[in-house]
Amino acid sequence: MYGLGILKGLSVTLKRFINTYVDDFEWRGKRYYTDEGIAHRSSKDAKGIFTIQYPEEKMPVPEEFRYVPFLVYDEGENGEINNRCTACGICAKVCPPQCIWIERAVDKKTGRPVQNPAAFTIDADICMNCGLCAEFCPFDSIKMDHDYEIASYGRTVYHLEDLMKPASYYDEIRPINSAKESEIRRIAEEAKAAKKAAREAKKAAQAAK
Amino acid sequence: MTESDFATRLNDRFPEGVTADEREGYQGYIIAADKLIEFATALRDEFEFDYLSSVTGVDYPDEGKLEAVYHAYKTIGGAELVFKVQTDRENPEIPSLIDIYPGADFQEREAWDLLGIKFTGHPDLRRILLWEGFEGHPLRKDWQEAYYEADKKPFKSRWPKAEYTRAEAKNPYGANVKYPDKFDPEKWVPEGEDALYGSLAKYETTDKDGLKTDHLTVNLGPQHPSTHGVFRIAATLDGEKIMNLNPVMGYLHRNHEKIGERNTYLQNMPFTDRLDYLSSLSNNFGYAIAVEKLIGIEVPERAEYIRVIMAELTRVQNHLFAIGMFLNDIGAFFTPSLYAIEERELVLDVFEMVTGSRMMCNYLRFGGLARDLPDGSLQKIRDLVFDRLPRKTDEMDRFLSENEILRSRTVGQGYLSTEDAIKYSAAGPVLRASGVPYDIRRADPYSIYDRFKFDVAVRYNGDIYDRYYIRLDEIRESIKILQQAVEQIPEGEIQTGKPRYQMKVPKGESYGRVEGPKGELGFYLVSDGTGNPYRYHVRAPSFINLTAFGPMCKGLKVADVVAVLGSIDIVLGETDR
Repeated sequence: MYGLGILKGLSVTLKRFINTYVDDFEWRGKRYYTDEGIAHRSSKDAKGIFTIQYPEEKMPVPEEFRYVPFLVYDEGENGEINNRCTACGICAKVCPPQCIWIERAVDKKTGRPVQNPAAFTIDADICMNCGLCAEFCPFDSIKMDHDYEIASYGRTVYHLEDLMKPASYYDEIRPINSAKESEIRRIAEEAKAAKKAAREAKKAAQAAK
Repeated sequence: MTESDFATRLNDRFPEGVTADEREGYQGYIIAADKLIEFATALRDEFEFDYLSSVTGVDYPDEGKLEAVYHAYKTIGGAELVFKVQTDRENPEIPSLIDIYPGADFQEREAWDLLGIKFTGHPDLRRILLWEGFEGHPLRKDWQEAYYEADKKPFKSRWPKAEYTRAEAKNPYGANVKYPDKFDPEKWVPEGEDALYGSLAKYETTDKDGLKTDHLTVNLGPQHPSTHGVFRIAATLDGEKIMNLNPVMGYLHRNHEKIGERNTYLQNMPFTDRLDYLSSLSNNFGYAIAVEKLIGIEVPERAEYIRVIMAELTRVQNHLFAIGMFLNDIGAFFTPSLYAIEERELVLDVFEMVTGSRMMCNYLRFGGLARDLPDGSLQKIRDLVFDRLPRKTDEMDRFLSENEILRSRTVGQGYLSTEDAIKYSAAGPVLRASGVPYDIRRADPYSIYDRFKFDVAVRYNGDIYDRYYIRLDEIRESIKILQQAVEQIPEGEIQTGKPRYQMKVPKGESYGRVEGPKGELGFYLVSDGTGNPYRYHVRAPSFINLTAFGPMCKGLKVADVVAVLGSIDIVLGETDR
């Protein structure tokens, strides 16, 4: 019969329409504005509408989510800021759109370069959020952020002071990665300490002879 | 027939003018320019290489040569045949292959546009991606772009002494463009347009009362929602019937290939995401394969499985989107497309969880992957491929396939015959919907596709309906592959060796191709032994599939053009590159 295909198709739409309300009813008002509700709406079992009511509701971002990079600093015991960055320049070299500018600091007395950036600029308008800088940083210093709401009227250029964020922030947004990395760092440091101890022991043994 | 048999046969057939390419790391044959037509004819008719996949060029200024590079295949399957023609750089002329392989049409125009190789005998050799006021041919090695800083990245100005400057500040707007001699953009009257309209054959008809009718030239686009971006169609109409049609593109051109030649090998990876931005993981895959061929690196087992899972998920979400948007084009305004986008969102959630980004995934590395699957993501994929996606694909099928309006708009319209599909180098669903069961995953298997049981989706009517329906078929086949891959995935490493950001790549050339959601996606690379590719070319399926667009539309109504274009499924990021 002519029109049967259309009716069949429309039944899909009708089912979807009814399902939205059935799903709403089953969740008794908890389907919206709750974390479980959002998780349900983006799961395989979601039946009705999918929509997240942004900005009142937000999709939780997964750990690996990456947006414009920032620099991690460790807080010392007295609250001093220890920048992890050593101005080695790997991030600037690997950056595909070349949006990272690094000025290596120079010791004022000797004129030799020191392992610290004097200036660090990221042009976020050029940045393509590829995450290669974070991937290849050997000091776990540059990391990708989770904050995606950075729309502005002007150009978005970050300088050193805008980029610095504490390690605690990093631990918070990427707990699994951060734990993994500090474990690797701890092992490396232990190995280094063990080596040093072995060398000193050897020296002491030689001196004793 | 083995390789050496083939070489002997070729040598017997062409004792002169065809020599093996013996440069270090190169393959294939070098053909003398005056033998090219004869060679190509023999190749098609005697050696069964009926499918000319890619035409491009390479500039060798040190030798004073320009080289055209061709890749041909047999549609019955097998590896590629590469052949090249060298010509003088000052006066580069090569006979056009358009009569033998009409699929060379747009690609020869592109090689003319970007490299300045003149293809003699091409009936319509105009610029295709750039405009007529453009000075020079940008892919030549001595051509420099507006914000030129250095030939190769990384730029020296970024470290260790860096002062942040905006390129635009150094080279302000208006002073960053070079025009040809005596060219004033203010007074420019677009002559190219005349050439464009001239390329559409003129008609005049006389109806039965003796009334003469002129034919109307109409532009669809570049700003038109049905073109999926900035894409223009110039058509001559008789009443509402399309007599002749020519696509105009390049509005989104950014010279991806020039950028690629400035980049290091790794830096190109995120740029490939931006080609066909709906299926970035497939693009990554093709590029990784091409580079891995050059450096000869093996990929660990687990990484291969994850690559396949990701590539097939990409195909599923791309086809869902293609079907949704196609329905939009033929007037089912947004309900089907939003249903399709819902499922796509779930796939994108997986991508975001695994790669860190929904669309610009940048996930593959040479010899492996950027990172392993995070906890819980495999379960999410399982949920999708065993439960949600099969269910929802069937629902899409129920929802759309028997709909009388859809059928009357699509069945029998936009016909592309089997011969034409091969002739015009159509690829992917467009080729397979015309009855050619050619799928690179089967015809020339890469990665670990030879391990999975799946059927090559093929349909025989070559109309819009088949091109719509074959996408549903392909989703189902992809789900089959996914179900097997998810079950079989082993534990283990995901990267061979230590990931490196800079590496020397051995001299030579390579062509890596994958069956992307839109068709054969190929990456042609030439390495000169440094850390940056010497030549980087993308065989873009969206671009080449458009060669058949004009012939498909002849005789249809204007509204059907939109449906035909929707059924080809182009993405302008890839078309214009």
